[in-house]
Amino acid sequence: MKKELTCIECPKGCKISVELNDGIVENVRGYDCLRGKKYAESEVVCPVRVLTTTVRCSSGGMVSVKTDKPVKKSELFDIMKRINGITLDSPVKIGQIVKKDIAKGVNLVATCNK
Amino acid sequence: MKDNYGVVVIGGGAAGPATAIKAYDCGEKSVLIIERDEQLGGILNQCIHNGFGLTRFKESLTGPEYADRFIKELEKRNIEVMTETTVLSLSADKKITAINSQCGVFTIFAKSVVLAMGCRERSRGALNIPGSRPAGIFSAGAAQKFVNIKGFLPGKNVVILGSGDIGLIMARRMTLEGAKVKAVCEIMPYSSGLTRNIVQCLDDFGIPLYLSHTITKIEGKERVTGVVVSKVDENKKPISGTEIHIGCDTVLFSVGLIPENELSKEAGVELSPGTKGAVVDQYRETSVKGIFACGNVLQVHDLVDFVSEEAEIAGKSAAEYSLSGEKIKNYIATRGGSGISYVLPQKIDVNTEEDISLYFRVRLTIRNARVNLKCGENIIATYKKPILVPSEMQKVKLSATALNNISGELSVELEGDKQ
Amino acid sequence: MFDVAVIGGGVVGAMVLRELSRYKLNICLLEAEDDVCMGQSKANSGIVHAGFDAAEGTNKARFNVLGNRMMKAVCKELGVKYKNNGSLVVAFNAEQVETLKALKRRGEANGVEGLEILGKEELLALEPNVSDNAVGALFARTGGIVCPYNLTIAAIGNAMDNGADLKRNFKVVKVEKINAHYKVFSENGECVETRLVINSAGINSGEISKLAGDNYAVHARRGEYILLDKTAGNLTNATLFFTPTKMGKGILVSPTVDGNLILGPTAEEIVGNDTDTTAEGLAAITDKASEMIKNVPFGETITSFSGVRAYNDKHDFIIEESKNNKGFIELIGIESPGLTAAPAIGKYVVEELVAKRLKLEEKTDFNPYRKPDYFFGELSSEEKNEIIKRDGSYGKIVCRCEKITEGEIISAIRENPKAASLDAVKRRTRAGMGRCQGGFCQPYIVEILARELGKELTEITKCGAGSEILEGKTK
Repeated sequence: MKKELTCIECPKGCKISVELNDGIVENVRGYDCLRGKKYAESEVVCPVRVLTTTVRCSSGGMVSVKTDKPVKKSELFDIMKRINGITLDSPVKIGQIVKKDIAKGVNLVATCNK
Repeated sequence: MKDNYGVVVIGGGAAGPATAIKAYDCGEKSVLIIERDEQLGGILNQCIHNGFGLTRFKESLTGPEYADRFIKELEKRNIEVMTETTVLSLSADKKITAINSQCGVFTIFAKSVVLAMGCRERSRGALNIPGSRPAGIFSAGAAQKFVNIKGFLPGKNVVILGSGDIGLIMARRMTLEGAKVKAVCEIMPYSSGLTRNIVQCLDDFGIPLYLSHTITKIEGKERVTGVVVSKVDENKKPISGTEIHIGCDTVLFSVGLIPENELSKEAGVELSPGTKGAVVDQYRETSVKGIFACGNVLQVHDLVDFVSEEAEIAGKSAAEYSLSGEKIKNYIATRGGSGISYVLPQKIDVNTEEDISLYFRVRLTIRNARVNLKCGENIIATYKKPILVPSEMQKVKLSATALNNISGELSVELEGDKQ
Repeated sequence: MFDVAVIGGGVVGAMVLRELSRYKLNICLLEAEDDVCMGQSKANSGIVHAGFDAAEGTNKARFNVLGNRMMKAVCKELGVKYKNNGSLVVAFNAEQVETLKALKRRGEANGVEGLEILGKEELLALEPNVSDNAVGALFARTGGIVCPYNLTIAAIGNAMDNGADLKRNFKVVKVEKINAHYKVFSENGECVETRLVINSAGINSGEISKLAGDNYAVHARRGEYILLDKTAGNLTNATLFFTPTKMGKGILVSPTVDGNLILGPTAEEIVGNDTDTTAEGLAAITDKASEMIKNVPFGETITSFSGVRAYNDKHDFIIEESKNNKGFIELIGIESPGLTAAPAIGKYVVEELVAKRLKLEEKTDFNPYRKPDYFFGELSSEEKNEIIKRDGSYGKIVCRCEKITEGEIISAIRENPKAASLDAVKRRTRAGMGRCQGGFCQPYIVEILARELGKELTEITKCGAGSEILEGKTK
């Protein structure tokens, strides 16, 4: 299987193509530097993202939050569903854990004071 | 409240607090920040995505977290902050008239003033996009405020005009909150946003990006019902026959930022046509003595880390001016060569003992570039850059020693593969 | 039972309503939309014409000149900005100079005072930015500018303060004549009974007349405009017109009374009431404006819009009682200079036409002044501080471009005719009308509206039902 992606390591935005066999990287082409190769190899196997969003606050308004580690890209919408069910009471402090294990081994933390 | 301050910083967004902290740390203990919103931090408060602070803190912070780093530092110092206060006027002799609910209209005198008012988004009206004027048309920033601060979704089916970073970020944000982003249209043949944002905000969610396309008509009476999108030619003129109709209930505009220099103009500050901000020297002093500028009111930045850096330069200079008065300066002008839209600072005092940084933007993507700093035919310095893109501000350093030997104009020239 | 029902809350209906409110009458205004001033009165040039355009003996000439003389005093009473900036009809060749002379004679016959033909030097002395190709101009000293929606809203507000009733979202679909009075029905099934009806429904006045069995043909013409930032407002002092030719009057270039620069209108025959702007129309404006003025800073454009003007086949105002229906007064085809003429039309309709059917007895407590009779932003610091001391919301700037305070916005929501939408607030206060076009203040104003009206944010509209700003809550 062949996957095409755009490198995000620098503004060059190299178009990198990766050949995969059974989930194992066999060949990487189109990168200009080793950082790009590394990015492509991990991106095709298991793309991960830090999810940033908001949680409703019981006293009105929103509290901004993020996952304290990257989560699987494929799980973003499932995690959003879980987050959307949360309501927080103020006061909230930056860095405070809003929800433990929002995904496996990942906590949801507040990114603003409220 | 006093009516005399050493340094008054107008604007408490991304730039203001860093300026005030630096001015204070440089020995000026009479510092005031005037902020129109309820809290400090400005637009960072609604930029809840991460990616801020990679240069400065070697961490990927969210906007509110980045702002909080500075606010915490500010709170350790005896710096005065007036929130929910709007500056109504500023004069060349640094008389500031402001208004708030507690004090009414009042006047403050400052020894030095730092302009840190930020920028505003270009609106639909400024582009003369034809069609109707229904509900459902938002600047990307207004939509961001509704979603992230107020917790409301502006619409369900969205078309975004402009691939600036705020537009891209909002495409992802609205998708995560359940909206369908049907297209992002960019009139230029390249995106004006960061590659990272194209990949993680559009590609991740299968949102199409139409380059060299623009909206040529907005439809709908009460609420937007759709837009007509057309391909444009190399002169950015719509090509007849290329129209496609996209049904949507919301249009977001992310079509550029304009420095908010209304107060600067009132004070007689000279503006640069390239940056639409003040003409400054390396100390970030404007053409009016004792008035400094930094952040997006001076030049529109793409990275907040550079805003903080610039804010600190202005803060230090403002403190020096308020404490020890005017410096004797010996200016040379800077200039951008072909392919460069502007160079900042626009003038340099060569009587300096400090190295300086020159900032510039290119008009086109250039690969394998060489940036030459020239004085007449002499090349003062050369910098190799694998790629220069219009969406990223460029920075090169120049040593004080090199500067001391320059006379005449300093120009920034490009060589490389233009695209 | 009302004595008089006025159909249509444009500037003509507004001025009639206000004149009626001087008398001991039970009166109402029936407005089809969610707010008053939603038709041609909100999207026009805002010019107080001197009165040299229309032929002698026409209603246009008569009411234009009378209205021009009344305008300053009316604006003062209503707390509306008015400026006597003068008008210039600019000629670009000798033939056009002859036309100017004819216009001058016509104006003098109409009773316009202070008309003067200027040579090139005199013109340039007044307007240094005018095109080098200009050869002369007709200077009309009595020309002026006014904010058309402020005037309309203030006149209705003043009439309401003096007892007039306003029924919004009252789209008239049926009129029944019952002996000596009328039953007027809305689309929603409401009914108003009234002795007299005044049809000032603008673009819809033809339809309304048909409901009563009359037949007045009304046509529509669309005019597009471009508005520039206040930084361009000093490009001209006077209002600049092209010399009229067989091809029409062309566009005008004028400062607005609020300090912006307005360019337009185009003139396009249309069917219906489509206020879209078009690429062709906007391009035509920029081309024509560049013929009139040097170096128009189009980069300072802040918005473009269009309005639809109603006209009739005679191209003169019809101001008469219906021949078939006693007590049904028809005001049809009040196109330009209708804004200027409106105060005079209002007076004439009440004192001549209404007076024939109803006994007019003046109220002793009629108050011609509307509150507030000032613009907060134009007060001195001391005056502002007096107000802020009483009400801190006047110390909070919401619209940074136009420097409009929360207090002014709240006042617009509370005072007659009460603003209930974002656009309604904008027309009353200018909040959102500046260079950022509401980019910053829109979220704040939506919140203020929700709070004042006791509604959810999602219920707040741009301009009435169907134009809700927000889709729903996130999460």
